[in-house]
Formats: sequence, C-alpha cells, structure tokens
Amino acid sequence: MARAPIGPLDYTRRTWMRLTLLATFVFLYAPIATLIAFSFNDSRRNIVWRGFTLKYYEQALDNEDLIEAFVNSLTIAFASTLIATVLGTLVAVLLWRFRFPGKVGYEGAMALPIVIPEICMGVAMMAFFARIGWPSDMVWPFSLSAITIAHVSFSFPFVAVVVRARLEGFNRELAEAAQDLGATEWQVFRDVLIPFMGPGLVAGALLAFTLSLDDFVITFFTSGPNTVTFPVKVYSMVRFSVTPEVNAASTVLIVLTVALTVTALWLQHRTRIKTAETAG
Amino acid sequence: MSTEDPIIEIRGLTKRYGSLAAVDAVDLDIRRGEFFALLGPSGCGKTTLLRMIAGLEMPTGGTIRLEGNDVSAVPVNKRPVNMVFQSYAVFPHMSVLDNVGYGLRIAGVTREETRHRAEEALALVKLAGYGARRPDQLSGGQRQRVALARALVKQPKVLLLDEPLSALDAKLREQMRLELVNLQDSVGITFVIVTHDQSEALSMADRIAVMDAGQVRQVAPPAELYEFPANRFVADFIGSVNLIEGQVESCDAGIVTLSCPDLPAPVVIRQQVTYATGTTAWLALRPEKIDITHEPDGDGTSNLAHGVVEEITYLGETSVYHVRVAPDVPLIKVSSANLDRVTRRRFTWGDNVHLSWTSECGVVLDR
Repeated sequence: MARAPIGPLDYTRRTWMRLTLLATFVFLYAPIATLIAFSFNDSRRNIVWRGFTLKYYEQALDNEDLIEAFVNSLTIAFASTLIATVLGTLVAVLLWRFRFPGKVGYEGAMALPIVIPEICMGVAMMAFFARIGWPSDMVWPFSLSAITIAHVSFSFPFVAVVVRARLEGFNRELAEAAQDLGATEWQVFRDVLIPFMGPGLVAGALLAFTLSLDDFVITFFTSGPNTVTFPVKVYSMVRFSVTPEVNAASTVLIVLTVALTVTALWLQHRTRIKTAETAG
Repeated sequence: MSTEDPIIEIRGLTKRYGSLAAVDAVDLDIRRGEFFALLGPSGCGKTTLLRMIAGLEMPTGGTIRLEGNDVSAVPVNKRPVNMVFQSYAVFPHMSVLDNVGYGLRIAGVTREETRHRAEEALALVKLAGYGARRPDQLSGGQRQRVALARALVKQPKVLLLDEPLSALDAKLREQMRLELVNLQDSVGITFVIVTHDQSEALSMADRIAVMDAGQVRQVAPPAELYEFPANRFVADFIGSVNLIEGQVESCDAGIVTLSCPDLPAPVVIRQQVTYATGTTAWLALRPEKIDITHEPDGDGTSNLAHGVVEEITYLGETSVYHVRVAPDVPLIKVSSANLDRVTRRRFTWGDNVHLSWTSECGVVLDR
C-alpha cells in the first residue's frame, strides 16, 4: 500500500521538523540528563564515567550542613505555601466576587511580583528587612521568618492567578442555589466555592511550593548569616568544586520538583475532563 | 385548587438598573396552590421579577407580601420559597442524595431525617435509587429532577422555576410539562414558572401574566388570554393574529361596529365594551377563525374581505394562506386544516378568495 501524502498537521513526518524537535530536546534535557547520570559516577570529577555508585548519595545524606539546608528549605516551603495559598485564594475570591473602586489597579499591582525581576525583589526585600530592623538572630524556626515572608510575597500572586482562572468557570447559580436553600455567605464559601476551587487550590499550592523550594536569588538576599537553604547551600558547594555530591543533591531536588509539577498538571487535567463531562 | 386567597401579593414592585427599569411598578396577586406563569419576550423583566420573589435581587421600590407578611427586606436564605435554576445548579461535588439533602442539612435537621426526606423527594421526582450517583453521571433531564427534588424537600410555600424546560430537547420538554403539572397537583405547592415559550405557559399554567418592557400587560387564564387579549401586544405575542386597523362607528348593546379602510364591509363583533365613536381601534382576528372560500360566503353585508393568495405556508396539519386584501397593508393570515392530502389543495397561489368570520370571532382592541 502506498503511503498517504503528508497532511498539513502531520508534523512528525517532516524531516526538518523532526530535526528541530531533536535539537530542542537535546539542548533542553542533555544537561539535566548528564547531571543525573554523573550523580551515580564513581569518580571525584564529573568528566569521565568510571562506573556506577550510590556513595555520593550517602555522602550527601551524611553532610549535616546539606541536610540542615534541606530541612530549612522544606520548612520555608511548607510555611510560605500555606500562607501564600490562603492569601492568594482570598485575593482571587475578592477580585472575582466584588466590585470596588481601583479594582483594575489593585489587580495589576497584585500581579507585579510575577513580572518584577527577581534580583530587584531580592534587593528590595533585603533593604526592607534592614530598614525595619527585622531581627536576624532568632531561634529556629523563627530565624526563617524573613525568607518565608519574602517567599510568600512572590508566590501568592501565582496562587491568585491560578485560582482566579478557575473561578472564571464558576456558575454563579451554584452559589445562588445554596443561598436559596438557606446557606449563609460563609456556608456558601465552605460548601460550594471551596470544593469548586479545590483543584485550583492544589495546583496553586504546588506552584507556590516548587517556587519556594528552588528559589535562589531572593533567598540569597534575605537569608541571615546563619540560615542557609538548599539552593544556597548547593551554590556554595559548587564554588569550591563540582563534586558528584552536588549532582546527587541536585538530582533529589529535580525529582521532588518534577513530581510536584506532574501532580499539579495531572490535577488540572483531571478537572478539565470532569468539567467537560459535566458541561456535555 | 385556586382559591381567591393570594399567597403572594406584589405591589408597585420596581427594579432599576441605572435609568433602566427592568421591572416597572408591577402589581400582581398569585393565588395559593395555583400554577402561575410569567410569560414574555426575553428582556421583559420576568426573570428579574422571579429573582426578586426569591430574594436574589433586592427591589428598588414596592413590596412583596408572602402570606400577608412583607418579605421585601428578608434575605434570600431566610425566605420560605425555593427555586429551580435555569442551569439546574446541581452541586457537582456532591452525590445526588447530598444535593437533595443540602437544604435540610444546613438547617440542622438530623442525619437520619435528612436522608429519609431526601429519599422521599427523590421518589417524588421518579429518581428513587439514584441517591448515590454523582451529577456528572446523570442526563440533563435527571439533573433537572434533582434540582426539583432539592427545592421541594424544604417544603417551600412557593416553588419558583426559571425557564426549567429550556435546556431539554423537544420530546423530553413535552413529557416534563405534563410531569410538572402532575407534580404540582400532588404536592399542592404554589408554582411560579418563568418562560418565554407561550405553548409551555398555555399548556401548564392556571393563570398567566404576560410581561413586556418591565410591565404586566395582562393576567388571565390561558383560554381567556388567547380569546380575549386585553391589548395588541398580548394578542400578537400569544399565538398568531391579524390586526386590522379601523374606527369605531358605534358601540352599544354589546355590539361593536368598526369601519376598516382596508375591508369592503364593516366589522361587527359581539363584545361587552364601551368605546367612544370615532376611536381608533383594531380588530384582532385569529387565523383559524377565518373561513376561506372560492365563492362569497355569509350574508354579504359585514365581516368579510376578498383578495388574492400570495403565500402559502405548509405546516403539516394546517396550511396558512397569506391573502392580500389591499395594496400596502399586511397580508391577512388564514389557517386552514389540511383535511385532504396537499396534492389536492383547495387553494393555490394567485387564487381569488373570499374571507369571512362571524361576530363571535375576534375582539376589538383600543390599545
């Protein structure tokens, strides 16, 4: 049987298209693949493959500074995610539910941290905490408060944007039906709005979590002398030499971030299917 | 059935959006136990009126009394009325049973009683056994029944329905009309339905309020609305009608005589009205009440016209003949049953025909 002619949308059957795709994947993923591969390399240097080993993972686990930095990062991520999700959701509901003077300006200003260069945010945060004299010598976990506040301020707009987008698809008759059946404003929020926002909340929270976990620039500027987070610690290790231990630690972070992102995408995807079913 | 005792009394009810009055000084009584329809073209204010009764919109002026108590300022969640929404608004994250029981649950009714009453309500709308399903596993018609059960389970004094059948396909819509009427009979609750579909209103309602531009144009039972419309808007909106302009020549002893410049003979209609001589008035004549013949018919002195068939609309059981009786006036529509197969049509394009009607057909309207 003769092959069918190439249709206008048969991108994968065009040679030049395949080559472009291949080049893109190589440039995007080759460094990451190399990083992961060499975390198992039985050599002190990241140049020649000398056989498989897990000893750099062991070494990373034994490195107390690294573990401390990792715990710090997770603590900051959890705390800032919780606050950013609540704050971002409230902002989204506020913008969706109410009309008030200056709403457009407020919406724009709220989204500024998304577009402001991180370095500017970092410097601004540093100047802010220095100016108000935020104590930098508190006991753990309060020593992380400055970083947490900084993380909340750049991640809550992402939550607000995601939740806002979800709310656009909300059928207001659902809220009206609940009210008509006797629900108060609060009961409508709890019984109808929150379950509806659910997938958006989870997606927004995961976004905030990954943003916080791997943030370097803003954290670098706001961390005190005694608080080190995982990305900052990795950076300081790299300054001496790029050992497979750094590779191992980075691999752990990549796996964590990818897992969370996939979960977020999957949740959104599932919701879209459900919404389509309900509408159809 | 309906008694004269009104359950809802609406007085001077007004809703303004800026300078636009969506509902404009409406007075309306809805009787206990009746199936009442608010009918009108889109944008006439019928849904706004319904939402004000529910408490979802706050009136700009006027009062709503429910069983004699002014509820105009009572918030939506405290009013003893419930609503079936156009989109059904079934909560997508709750099972059918949880949906139906929601109103009872937040009112603090015990778990067992909520379950029991929700199941009863589901049985009432013929969805017994569907309690564990999720809304996305139901068809549109079933979702609507869930919305009905959910509203009825609270035993409201009045059930409000906002275009409940508009999202269903034609066959299901007909079936649901009948079911809604039977349901209303069995629960005995006053139903107020909003619709833009006149056949829906005519077939279901005990009484209909026809609305236009925020005002109620007429309130009457279906047959009265059709046979004795109060004005040209109602005559034209309900069914099909010929409106022929003329001057009142005389009006006494229940006989109105109208002279129409477009008709060769005066119009004589039996009607209990008092119009002054010389008033401009319109004869409203339904197409099916006109006789169409090849030869002159009747006494030849009144209630007749003749002209040429210009258009024919074939509708299956009937055909509508559009007859030109004078240049530059609207064609007169005459509907005639297709008793024979259409191949043996009695009239065809270009035929000269005579039209006649009796003094019992049609009404003379002065507005």
